[in-house]
Amino acid sequence: MDEVQIRALLEEVKDPEVPVLSVLDLGVVREVSIIENVVNITLTPTYSGCPAMQVIEDDIVSILKKNGIETVNVKTVLSPAWTTDWITEKGKRQLKEFGIAPPEKSSIDKNSIMGDAKFIGCPQCDSENTEMISQFWFNGL
Amino acid sequence: MMSEQEALFDYCLRIGDSSLIIGHRLSEWCGHGPILEEDIAIINVSLDLVGQARSVLKYAGKVEGQGRSEDDLAYLRDVTFYRNLLICEQPNGDYGRTITRQFLFDSFHYLFLQELVNSTDEFLAGYAAKSLKEVTYHLQHSTKWLLRLGDGTEESRRRVQEPLDDLWRFTGEFFNTNEVDEILISKGIAVDLSKIKPLWEKRVATVIEEATLTLPTNAWKQLGGTEGRHTEHLGLILAEMQFLPRAYPDAKW
Repeated sequence: MDEVQIRALLEEVKDPEVPVLSVLDLGVVREVSIIENVVNITLTPTYSGCPAMQVIEDDIVSILKKNGIETVNVKTVLSPAWTTDWITEKGKRQLKEFGIAPPEKSSIDKNSIMGDAKFIGCPQCDSENTEMISQFWFNGL
Repeated sequence: MMSEQEALFDYCLRIGDSSLIIGHRLSEWCGHGPILEEDIAIINVSLDLVGQARSVLKYAGKVEGQGRSEDDLAYLRDVTFYRNLLICEQPNGDYGRTITRQFLFDSFHYLFLQELVNSTDEFLAGYAAKSLKEVTYHLQHSTKWLLRLGDGTEESRRRVQEPLDDLWRFTGEFFNTNEVDEILISKGIAVDLSKIKPLWEKRVATVIEEATLTLPTNAWKQLGGTEGRHTEHLGLILAEMQFLPRAYPDAKW
C-alpha cells in the first residue's frame, strides 16, 4: 500500500466532534510516510486539551489494521502549531453545511487581544448582521 | 550544584504544575458559572491549561528518565514536590475573585510564553508557540471581564478591588528566580524573568487604570511555590484531585 492509498483510508476517519469532517480536511494529519512496511503518521492537536486526539489515534490504527496494515506508528507533535488555515476548502464547505461558520483566515492572532472580533457571517442564512457573544465553544475547535 | 537535567526537570514541573493547578481550580466552576456562556468559557480555559500541563509534564517525565508518566507526576506527588506558583492554588471565591486571579496570572503567562518560544529547548519552544495561541484568548477574556467589573457598579467594583488587593502579594513570585533559572538561562533554555517584569507591570497597571480600579501598593512578596513550600490550599486540591488514582491505582477510563 502506498501513501495515496493510506490517505484514502484516512479520509474515512472523522473528527469525533464534527463527524462530517475527515481528519485530513481538519488539517490535523501532518505527515504520512511508509518506511520498511511501517506506516508512520504524525498528528497535531487542534488545541492542547483536545479530548478527541486519543479517539482519532485509535480510529486511525483501527481502520489501517482492518485494511491489513499491522504496524502503525502514530506520533503527536505540537510544532508547528495547528491553525484554522489548515482546514481544507472542502472542510470549510462541510463545516458550513453542518451549521458551523467556517473560520476566516488566521482567526487567532495576537492583535486580537484588545481589538475587535473579526466579522463572521451566519452559516445558516449568510446574514452579515452578527455579533460575537463568546469566543469559546463547547468543543473548542 | 544541580545538574542541567535536574534543572530542566524542575523547570518543566514549574510550568506544568502552575497550569495544572490553576486549570484544576477553574474546573471547579464547571456547572456553576454565573451564566451559561461564562460556564463554557471558563471551562474551555481550564481544559486548555490542563491539556498544556499534560504535554509539559509528559516531557518532564522524559527529561527525568525514571519512567514516570504525566499521570504519575500529577497524581503521585505530594505537596512539597509541586512547583506551581502560589497564586494558582488560591481558592476561586466568587466570579470576581476568579477573574482577578486569572487576569494577574494570564498577564504573566502570556508574556512568559512569548519569551519561551525563543527557548533553545526544541520541545519548550514548540510548546510555548502552541500554548501562546490559547493563552492569547485567556488573557483577552479575563481582561475584558476585569474592565467590565471594575468599571461597572459599586458592587462589581468592590468584588474585584478586594481580591486584587488580597492577591497582589502573590504576584512578586512571578519574577522570583533560583538556581534553576541561573543554570537554564545560561543555556538559552529558560526565560529571563527580569526582562518581562516591566512589561507585566506596565500592562497590568494600564488595565487596572482603565478599569477604574486602584493599583495595590502592598510590596510584600509571598514566595515559596517554586521551592515546594505551599499555602494550605494545595493539600486540599491534591486530596480531591488525587483521590481516585490513589484509591484505585488500576482504574482505567
